[in-house]
Amino acid sequence: MVQSLNRFKETPSQTAGPYVHIGLTPNFAEIGGVYDADLGTRMVNDKTKGERITIRGHVFDGTGTPLKDALIEIWQADADGLYNSPSELRGTADPNFTGWGRCPTDMQTGEFRFETVKPGRVPFKDGRLMAPHVTFWIVARGINIGLHTRMYFGDEEKANAEDPILARIEHRGRVPTLIAERDSDTYNFDIHLQGEKETVFFDI
Amino acid sequence: MTEGVTLPNRRPETGAFFQRDRSWHPPAFTPQYKTSVLRSPQKALLSLDNTISEITGPVFGHNILGELDDDLIHNFARPGESAIGQRIIVYGRVMDERGKGVPGALVEIWQANAGGRYRHKKEGYLAPLDPNFGGCGRVITDEEGNYTFRTIKPGPYPWPNGVNDWRPAHIHLSIFGHGFAQRLITQMYFEGDPLIWKCPIVSTIPDRRAIEQLIAPLDMEATIPMDARAYKFDIVLRGRRSTLFENRLEGN
Ligand SMILES: [Fe+3]
Repeated sequence: MVQSLNRFKETPSQTAGPYVHIGLTPNFAEIGGVYDADLGTRMVNDKTKGERITIRGHVFDGTGTPLKDALIEIWQADADGLYNSPSELRGTADPNFTGWGRCPTDMQTGEFRFETVKPGRVPFKDGRLMAPHVTFWIVARGINIGLHTRMYFGDEEKANAEDPILARIEHRGRVPTLIAERDSDTYNFDIHLQGEKETVFFDI
Repeated sequence: MTEGVTLPNRRPETGAFFQRDRSWHPPAFTPQYKTSVLRSPQKALLSLDNTISEITGPVFGHNILGELDDDLIHNFARPGESAIGQRIIVYGRVMDERGKGVPGALVEIWQANAGGRYRHKKEGYLAPLDPNFGGCGRVITDEEGNYTFRTIKPGPYPWPNGVNDWRPAHIHLSIFGHGFAQRLITQMYFEGDPLIWKCPIVSTIPDRRAIEQLIAPLDMEATIPMDARAYKFDIVLRGRRSTLFENRLEGN
């Protein structure tokens, strides 16, 4: 026998179910008066630095139907490429930018929408810069463990071409599933859970 | 949100997280839980060691909390009234895989009322709403990672999957640790509930020991006599590698 590694097992995931809004966005679920506001609804304020953008899209199931009961969270760097997190040691992020957003998909249309700023570039582990990106986390009824993916920006062709994560995608035809095309100040990012256009999801 | 939030007495953590043991979690495709069939990615996940985008994460300050956020018996009730049902305490510790407590973790919960009915416009179960029960609560863990809620025990409820599937009594939990890669949503079950072993959602977890990790034992030592029984539910988030010997580019 040898000594034990004394590790605990991570608590296993269970689906967020159809009523995730009650817990995470109760005001959206019409449970008023418990919390002042739902967390994650405002990422920016009047003083936030950087270029204002909107990120919008849908999450589609295997039949191409948008999910109307999903919840999306995003996490991103500020305009200078700094995260608003105690684990960010490279500098102090913009105090007027949270970096984190939470949005339920619309109960009628399935659309999600974030008002945010375009993130700066952050370094990969070896010091090379990654292309600007937003980390997505998707939960819903029928999703047993939250899905991680990334959104990249369609107008950052040069940065995307040298991004070490995008370079890891073996089937080059799948790279566009992570790239949001720009339309004025809005980036459209549709997520496909299955099918020919299945989004690249990450095990991170 | 993260403004002015510090985690005292701690060096900032910057290591990558241990790889997730996917065999301990439910797979995406679990046909006994029918909704998963069309919502499960079918291609392999792209495995990546964490970058700073996954190692960092939002941290929430106690300033977001209202006085009754941890008390589901009262946080939606009319003044002087309280929710109907078996009064319980749910408490435990949020720790990582190395056993270290996770301070400052945001734990958000939601649940059905004592009759098994959710307060949600898409909910159609015939059990009545409780006018004094909303069904949401949240806490932030203390310096050791401890948390406590007061609530009522939720009822089991039927749901459209098979013709006669019932969910065991459960509380949904969402946990934020210190890194976005730790993000987790799960469900807590109650010791002794026979429905646990008949539930298509519970059975998405392949390993019986992993299911047992979601079953909270009754803890009579922690009960409040003549008031509320207690259930203990510890939560384990992914652990981090130490950064002492992380490889760095020469000259960096
Ligand atoms: Fe439920």
